[in-house]
Amino acid sequence: MTTMIGSRPTLSPAARIARMHRQGKLTALLLFLPPALVLFTLFVIWPIFNAANLSFFKWSGYGAIDNFVGTQNYQRLANHSVFHQSLWNSVKLILASLFIQIPLALTLALLIYKKTSANTAFRLIFFAPYILAEIASGVIWSFIFDGDFGVSGQIAAALGIDPFYILADRQFAFLAIITVVVWKYFGYHMMIFIAALQAVPDDLLEAADIDGASRLQKVFYVKLPLIMHAIKLSAFFAIVGALQVFDIIIPLTNGGPSNSTHSIVSYLYTYGLAQLNVGYGAAVGVVLFILCMVTAFSYKRLAMGKGGAL
Amino acid sequence: MIRPGFFLALIRAAILSLVAALVIVPLIATFMGGFKSVGELRASPLGLPSVWRVETYTDILGGSVFWGYIQNSLIISFSAVFLTLLLASMAAYIFAQIRFFGSKYIQAYLLLGLMFPFATAIVPLFLQIRDFGLLDNPLGVILPQTAFSMAFAIVLLRSFFQQLPKELFEAAYVDGCGYIGFFFRFTLPLSTPILATVGTFVFVQSWNNYLLPLVVINNSAGYTWPLGIMRYRGEFMVEWNRILAFVSLTILPALIFFTFTQKYIVAGLTRGSVKG
Repeated sequence: MTTMIGSRPTLSPAARIARMHRQGKLTALLLFLPPALVLFTLFVIWPIFNAANLSFFKWSGYGAIDNFVGTQNYQRLANHSVFHQSLWNSVKLILASLFIQIPLALTLALLIYKKTSANTAFRLIFFAPYILAEIASGVIWSFIFDGDFGVSGQIAAALGIDPFYILADRQFAFLAIITVVVWKYFGYHMMIFIAALQAVPDDLLEAADIDGASRLQKVFYVKLPLIMHAIKLSAFFAIVGALQVFDIIIPLTNGGPSNSTHSIVSYLYTYGLAQLNVGYGAAVGVVLFILCMVTAFSYKRLAMGKGGAL
Repeated sequence: MIRPGFFLALIRAAILSLVAALVIVPLIATFMGGFKSVGELRASPLGLPSVWRVETYTDILGGSVFWGYIQNSLIISFSAVFLTLLLASMAAYIFAQIRFFGSKYIQAYLLLGLMFPFATAIVPLFLQIRDFGLLDNPLGVILPQTAFSMAFAIVLLRSFFQQLPKELFEAAYVDGCGYIGFFFRFTLPLSTPILATVGTFVFVQSWNNYLLPLVVINNSAGYTWPLGIMRYRGEFMVEWNRILAFVSLTILPALIFFTFTQKYIVAGLTRGSVKG
């Protein structure tokens, strides 16, 4: 079939295009490709570039953009203690994801990856929080954590102490947020691990059985090495996800008490967008963008190795 | 003599039940909370309601506000799904079916979309939407959501299209079926599993999305349900029974829908990750 053979190097570009036209390829190309590209460029790529540009201006969003302030937005950002706190909070979230959430998800995946009806039921339950909207999860947990109404109120009453308002406590509020994040996303990581475990070939496990491997040995020497790719990928998603947390924080603490629980995105929203400090918000966006990019590329280098595709 | 396997099974059951309880109890407490009075909620947040008061629920269901939010969300989510599937499958079809100069570069360009979250560009995105005059317009939410789903959707669709048998196209081409006709007559109908996967995934993201509607929609008549929940909570503050009933009503249909489409959601999650 001539249509399936790639263009021969001997043809000139014009001749190639003419041939594509004869075959009806050109029409298809010109009809099918541009809509996706235009939309993607307008709403994804262009805003990112525009953010880089706007971050050097002070602008309220209306009128001419002529107040060039150089790197002032970035300097303010670098000196803002609330921003430092939001970065630190992201680090805490990443650590919690890596050392609590992923081990939990992995343990559960190992327990229920085999296809039985009981396991399917557990899978469905564990995955449910992931499907719930962040906002809904946040509201539900703000009820649970409510010192007057929720479970924490009950516990305080049972202990005979004054009602305790976790979400209003500088020390514990972020811990509460971490709890909700783990609650919400462990099922997602578990599903990735389950899919990977189900792809582990049975004959390898049978071979390990014949060699007299114990359950734990099979886990550590056969299963885990074989799903390492999924674990690394899942860790990557956890890191990038932790950088973007927003919806959960708003109903729980809205960044408070005294701005101690902001994430980078809720910081961006509060200080950049809500007050229409366009330049400042754009600068935060650029920093977040760079963080994501650096994470993605360095992670790909360090953890995924040469063949690792992200 | 008890077999060692028995203890392991016991520990396994204990772990699974504990985690399951941690997941389910907050949800049950939410559903129950909607049936209680504020006073009872305060005294027993977790227990069964002493009297099953349905007024809170019927109040919400009887009003127009709740249905307005749901309707707005449905319009936005279904439009985003439809647009994403249409535009992404058209583009993916070109990448899978036609070799042309620049194909690789354009695909790499689209892959950039997988790399960053739209929070990074939310400020300029807001300005962009405003300059297009799309504030307070569902399109102001639909188009950016579609654009941000594009990369992921194209990647999944393209790899599926590439696996369709080549002979089919050759036979159709000989019979005079062009590229465009083939797409609508063969590629799309043969790709329902992957379209369902991508569609469900886009739907979940759009349905749950909060930041974008928050930025785009100011008029409460156009609120999607996550915005509605927050507004409702702001209105009723400590009347937790109302808030919990409202939350229950919004998450219940979603939970049921997603339980049935779980297969597709999981396929969307793992297709990209496990195979790498």
